Amino acid sequence: MGRVAYHKELIKLEDDVYKMAAMVRAAIIGSVEALKARDIKASKKIMKDDKKINDIRYKIEENCLLLIATQQPMAVDLRIIAAILSIITDLERIADHAEGTASINVMIGKDEIVKPLEDIPQMAEFAVTMLDNCMKSFKNRDIKAAIAVCDEDDKVDDLYDRVYADLIQTMIKDPKKIEGATYLMWVAHNLERVADRVTNIAERVVFMVTGKIEELNVSKY
Amino acid sequence: MAAAFEIKNVNAFYGATQALKEINFSIEEKTVTAIIGPSGCGKSTFIRCINRMNDLVPVFRLTGEMLYNGIDIYDKSIDVIDLRRKIGMVFQKPNPFPKSIFENVAYGLRIHGINKKSVLDEVVEKSIKKAALWNDVKDRLNDSALALSGGQQQRLCIARAIATEPEVILFDEPCSALDPISTSKVEDLIDELKSEYTVIIVTHSMQQAARVSDYTGFFMMGDLVEFDVTKKIFQTPSNKLTEDYITGRFG
Repeated sequence: MGRVAYHKELIKLEDDVYKMAAMVRAAIIGSVEALKARDIKASKKIMKDDKKINDIRYKIEENCLLLIATQQPMAVDLRIIAAILSIITDLERIADHAEGTASINVMIGKDEIVKPLEDIPQMAEFAVTMLDNCMKSFKNRDIKAAIAVCDEDDKVDDLYDRVYADLIQTMIKDPKKIEGATYLMWVAHNLERVADRVTNIAERVVFMVTGKIEELNVSKY
Repeated sequence: MAAAFEIKNVNAFYGATQALKEINFSIEEKTVTAIIGPSGCGKSTFIRCINRMNDLVPVFRLTGEMLYNGIDIYDKSIDVIDLRRKIGMVFQKPNPFPKSIFENVAYGLRIHGINKKSVLDEVVEKSIKKAALWNDVKDRLNDSALALSGGQQQRLCIARAIATEPEVILFDEPCSALDPISTSKVEDLIDELKSEYTVIIVTHSMQQAARVSDYTGFFMMGDLVEFDVTKKIFQTPSNKLTEDYITGRFG
């Protein structure tokens, strides 16, 4: 008979990480949709709900430390906990990027968006697909899938390049749009960072399975 | 580093029961090697083979070779008393003799015919100091050893083992009867001992194995499942059985 209660706690810990990832996912998608729909109220709610994400992060962190202190986890169990401690930091920062996008919508306020939003929602789509696949690779202990997630980062980087170039053109053509274009640049930058942070999580999945820490994708940015 | 022990195709039996199966590995000199595994896995049998304690069990039988510094411990020419002087042992429960602290440590020398007071004084002091017990007992060397606390008694047993100047010290679950403070004192001591001695420790505490040893061997049902540097065993073991055992998925 193994250590039943301890392993139940480990499973619960992992479930909380999936819960947190789902909350973070909703924040990214929600923040871009609210921007597109010019829905200030929705953006304000995302900003407020960021606290809930922080809270679950602290709860997971506390449970990790409790398991280390009381159960002396070793080998793969210890790697799971070490990976989780790192993953929740990245997830929390991803949520901060979503919050940043939401606050930009609030700052733009009643002004017009300087350019139709096409590539930015696409960036958000790519980024959350990366996050979904990454969490799946975590659940399935699948190194190949984790590495594939990192390769996807290039797609987000390419879109970012395009958004950047477009916005520069917008500014050159009409200097009155500099402020509005700068806001959108921040949004694109946030999404580019989200994808980078997902690659960090994928690296932790590889570490959890193999015990090796290595950089899987060096982002252009 | 040189190998102190080379274990080659060792099988051990108690009557018809096989306790060790085809064991093969080497133990480096002046390192700490931990032997872990569930009850009945053969770890105590293994450590007791090293100084031929199992000779005392009538139905015991061993095949294969156990080389110590290149010489088979089970060779007919081996003087077992001399072997046990070179390979000392500390047991699970502290077992001081019902004598004074001084006489406990001097005992091994006396049975080897050394009775000169100046020599005994020097060796006893040196051994008790090495066992990190000197400050506790220096003013009461003639008191009964049985008056010491469990942790002090265990360090006295270590001093007694050191006094005959062994090359190897075997520890058979040395801390299982000790409180955490005494345990950490014994563990610190083991860490110091390895600069002069080869240490082999059987322990039920995986945390202890992880803390004190350089190498770890995992035994199960008489097999040596995995032997590797301790860091590897406790972080990324190669064998699924090892991983299941150290993460508590069985055992």
